[in-house]
Amino acid sequence: MGSVLKIDKLTHYFGGLRAVYDFNLDLPPHALWGLIGPNGAGKTTIFNLVTGMYNPTEGSINFLGHDIKGKKPYQIVHMGIARTFQNLRIFDSLSVLDNIRIARHYTTQSSKHTHTRDENYTKQFSRTSLFDSLFRTSRYNIVEEQIKEEAYELLKIFKLENCMYDTAKNLPYGMLRKLEIARALATHPSLLLLDEPAAGMNPAEVGNLMELIHFIRDEFNLTILLIEHHMKVVMGICEYIKVIDFGETIAEGKPKEVANNPKVIEAYLGKGE
Amino acid sequence: MKLNNNSIFSKILYFFKRRIVLFLIASIIVMLIIMLLHTFDILNSYIIQIINVSLVYVILAVSLNLINGFTGQFSIGHMGFAAVGAYTSATITTLLLKITPTSLPNYIIFILALLAGGCLAGLTGFIIGFPSLRLKGDYLAIMTLGFGEIIRTIFNNINFVGGPRGLLGIPKFSTFPIIFITSILTIIIIRNLVFSTHGRALLSIRENEVASELVGVDTTKYKILAFVIGAFFAGIGGGLLAHLIQIAHPTQFGFMYSILVLIMVYAGGMGSISGSVIAAFVLTFLSEGLRVALASLSDLLKFPVGDQWRMVIYSLLLIFIMLFRTEGLMGMKELKFLIPEEEDIHGKCS
Repeated sequence: MGSVLKIDKLTHYFGGLRAVYDFNLDLPPHALWGLIGPNGAGKTTIFNLVTGMYNPTEGSINFLGHDIKGKKPYQIVHMGIARTFQNLRIFDSLSVLDNIRIARHYTTQSSKHTHTRDENYTKQFSRTSLFDSLFRTSRYNIVEEQIKEEAYELLKIFKLENCMYDTAKNLPYGMLRKLEIARALATHPSLLLLDEPAAGMNPAEVGNLMELIHFIRDEFNLTILLIEHHMKVVMGICEYIKVIDFGETIAEGKPKEVANNPKVIEAYLGKGE
Repeated sequence: MKLNNNSIFSKILYFFKRRIVLFLIASIIVMLIIMLLHTFDILNSYIIQIINVSLVYVILAVSLNLINGFTGQFSIGHMGFAAVGAYTSATITTLLLKITPTSLPNYIIFILALLAGGCLAGLTGFIIGFPSLRLKGDYLAIMTLGFGEIIRTIFNNINFVGGPRGLLGIPKFSTFPIIFITSILTIIIIRNLVFSTHGRALLSIRENEVASELVGVDTTKYKILAFVIGAFFAGIGGGLLAHLIQIAHPTQFGFMYSILVLIMVYAGGMGSISGSVIAAFVLTFLSEGLRVALASLSDLLKFPVGDQWRMVIYSLLLIFIMLFRTEGLMGMKELKFLIPEEEDIHGKCS
């Protein structure tokens, strides 16, 4: 099987500012890769380009052999890419359960953008229409129960099941981070983009998170690309790392190779006199 | 309980224990009591009229709450949709009764006319929503305000429906039971929508549009959906209003009335159906009650207190509501009977 995500010569300008330049990526299935670089290097911009939040100036993005350039964000989610955010974007005043259930909503609707999925994908979900929702038909109850059960199973993996009826904004920060990952998983992705999952976590939580990322990759058969500043995480779990600075790739390779690369040290620490 | 779970008796018992069924039964009892009190003249026609107007405002406020409170799209041209519904249904009923004496009973004509008005209002909502829902916040508000005024001006200039004179001679089909049942149905349908998977998609747009899009919600489609459903019920409400006061006049659907409905939504609480219902009743009764109160006050003081003070006091009360309950009377909370049992669980995680 080919690559999950293939990015070719991706370039993006914000007006006159070159945010990403000539970025290439060939992400194999089931990989766990890291994307690192100093602040403002263009890492999040790459995520935003892949998820359709920005339209790239140049270059191509292929997901499982399908061109996703110019697709809308929700369409890309239907195709199977999910992401989390550097600054949390939780549905604050809704319950934890609702946060998950919203992510599961689109699977109850017919979508033209699930052609990247395998055949069994569409069969596993029951469908519901607006009519069912407005008039509470028996089909509505079946679908709602299915969604709720699945959400509960997912929250159990993240040990959030006791909090499922709490309003999301009342949860501590570390739990919200987990909730966001759980919400991304609820969309049934095959590629997961994690934007600084360890930001703001204490060392113990970071340790748990690393185990968790490994676990969900195997459990949900995912390919993961993550941005991280926390070197312990990046060096600990990533199989391969790309380093970018000012939008350009300055180094790539196995964690150890990258860590000793003089260009990387220079980008992070500056040049010695 | 568990043992004879399948017996017909326990099924029936379960059915009648459900909140929504209890709510329906309770509202029918309330309706019958009010009708009974009216026949014994304990509630005079004036009070019944105020109740009717309140119920129409319930429909308008609840449907606007779907757009403003639940979906978070700031729309202030709601009376425009009501105008479409009012003029459409009123034209149908007046024309049909004038031209052809049909064999159909009047109330069936009326219900069909109301539905036609609602559908046309929904269509208007779609036409307006499609271009304007690309905008956010204040810009959307200005756009909807503009569209509301355009609709009003169009009716002001169509001679067929009376132009600036208004459409006169509308039959009085909006009786208390019809208005009451319609508003209960509106409340139940909007409640069903809000507490469903589609409704949660709408809520997610209010909470965080970017995140909503990135968990697979087609935000444009759902915003239009909220707009169309809101406009549909506004059209029904407008139709009921026209057949209640027996005239459809462009000034009835002016900007100030859109603001009045908006105030009900905010005073009741954004994202609370029960809040909108309470606010629609409180504000309509307050507005009328002040009339009576001011009259008796001037009698008492032997000093003329003009009717113009009514609006001053009304506005002051609104300011106090907003100062001391910024989130509205109900906030985002819902009265128990409107929450489905399976959704009414509150966690305490430790």
